[in-house]
Amino acid sequence: MRWVNRHARRGDRIFLGAVPILLLVLLYLFLAAQRHAANPMDKILPLPASMADAMAALLFQADQLTGQFVFWADTLASLQRLGIGLGIATLSALVVGLLLGVLPPVRATFGPLLTVVAVIPPIALLPILFIALGLGETAKVALIVIGVAPVMMRDIAAHVAALPREQIVKAQTLGASSWQIMIRVALPQAMPRLLHAMRLALGPAWVFLISAEAIASDVGLGYRIFLVRRYLSMDVIIPYVAWIAILAILMDGALTLASRRAFPWAHGAGH
Amino acid sequence: MSALLSLRDIWVEYGDKIVLERVDLDIEAGSFVSIIGPSGAGKSSLLRVVLGQEVPTRGTILLDGEPLAPECGPDRGVVFQRYSVFPHLSALRNTIFGLECAKAPLAARLFGGARRAAAAEAEEMLRSVGLDDALHLYPAQMSGGMQQRLAIAQALIKRPRILLLDEPFGALDPGIRADMHALITRLWRDYALTIIMVTHDIREAFTLGTRVLTLDKRRHDPHAPHRFGATAVYDLPLLRRTEPAASEEAADETSPQDDKEAIGNG
Repeated sequence: MRWVNRHARRGDRIFLGAVPILLLVLLYLFLAAQRHAANPMDKILPLPASMADAMAALLFQADQLTGQFVFWADTLASLQRLGIGLGIATLSALVVGLLLGVLPPVRATFGPLLTVVAVIPPIALLPILFIALGLGETAKVALIVIGVAPVMMRDIAAHVAALPREQIVKAQTLGASSWQIMIRVALPQAMPRLLHAMRLALGPAWVFLISAEAIASDVGLGYRIFLVRRYLSMDVIIPYVAWIAILAILMDGALTLASRRAFPWAHGAGH
Repeated sequence: MSALLSLRDIWVEYGDKIVLERVDLDIEAGSFVSIIGPSGAGKSSLLRVVLGQEVPTRGTILLDGEPLAPECGPDRGVVFQRYSVFPHLSALRNTIFGLECAKAPLAARLFGGARRAAAAEAEEMLRSVGLDDALHLYPAQMSGGMQQRLAIAQALIKRPRILLLDEPFGALDPGIRADMHALITRLWRDYALTIIMVTHDIREAFTLGTRVLTLDKRRHDPHAPHRFGATAVYDLPLLRRTEPAASEEAADETSPQDDKEAIGNG
């Protein structure tokens, strides 16, 4: 049988997918144990026990200076920045994408500008943001928005503009105005794509969040990682990175689920 | 002559390519006009011009004696071969859409009693195309024939003056196509429709139509084939419809037949 025809069963797929991950974990444990056999004080590849100890302090003990539970404060601060940034980016992507996609004059006027903005590397704008907006929350949120919004806007605009011409013509023969076409024909069909664009934007959004936090912040997941780096605290860095990965997977799953629930017609309903 | 739709000296050009030239047509209310012709002869261009999707380079189109606005409007309904229905709306909501657009300019949605009334009207229309047990299905859950039925119901609920069909049954199985022929004939009679249908299928054109138009180039320049456009070379009124065999005797050409006159070959 050819390899292109070998489809794993559902149970097998879970097993197959788990194997490389488990192997990586085993490899890490093996290397860590080796280093600890040579030097029990090794900090570069901490064993799970020391990670648990270090994280327990951050999870369950209030910080003596601020009185906060550091891990939860970091998580909350980062998620808040990410949520606000991604929320603003998504909303503006929807509005701008619809206008550009449906109305040819708007596309002709603002399409080139959007292209120019989209090719500027957002990190290059970070100094400008810090100068213009200060070192507070606004600059960090603004970096996320500037980083992900242009790509999302272009994606939604292209998707809406690519709706079959027949649909737009049909809507007009049913008496629809430009506004009605926008809210009844284009908007609903842009929504599944918008959720998809959000999923794709999550990765860059995390990058910009961590970058902004690493440079100027006093709380946040990225801030903590870059702070404890000074003490070679791999026992904190590794769990933090794992936690960021888990959060990203959860958000991705939630967005996929929401899209399937809310827009069954876009996912081959009933077949 | 009481023509519902009049085309006067219509030319359609794309750049220096002439697609249609000197098209003069009068279409009477209640007629079922089939348009046939070879690929690239401008059948769909003619339909798009009547629909308002495309503006002719020259010429005027009159609907009830009034010049047509150069964009689509609810006085002309359309059914395309594909993509005529909205994939994100159920059959019922696809059909209500036309009513909602007219009655709710801002929200484009109806609520309460107005909505129930519109839903009842839409259900009635869906029943007449045979979709009464598929009210809440999405187009993706329907067969190709059901989708075309829905597209027809959706167009008819606006009571268009003219219904334009662009190869509406081209993508359907032969059996389903026969059902659709019966359906469109019944609707044409029941609702006293005026229909213009573009088709590739000559048999279909003669079975359904009360009048068959053939578009083709009258003249052909082998060195610059794009410089001559197509026009109606045959215009055949059919006296006895639904009898394809009778079409030959009814086929008297009303338009001059100087087709395929090759020009200048050096």
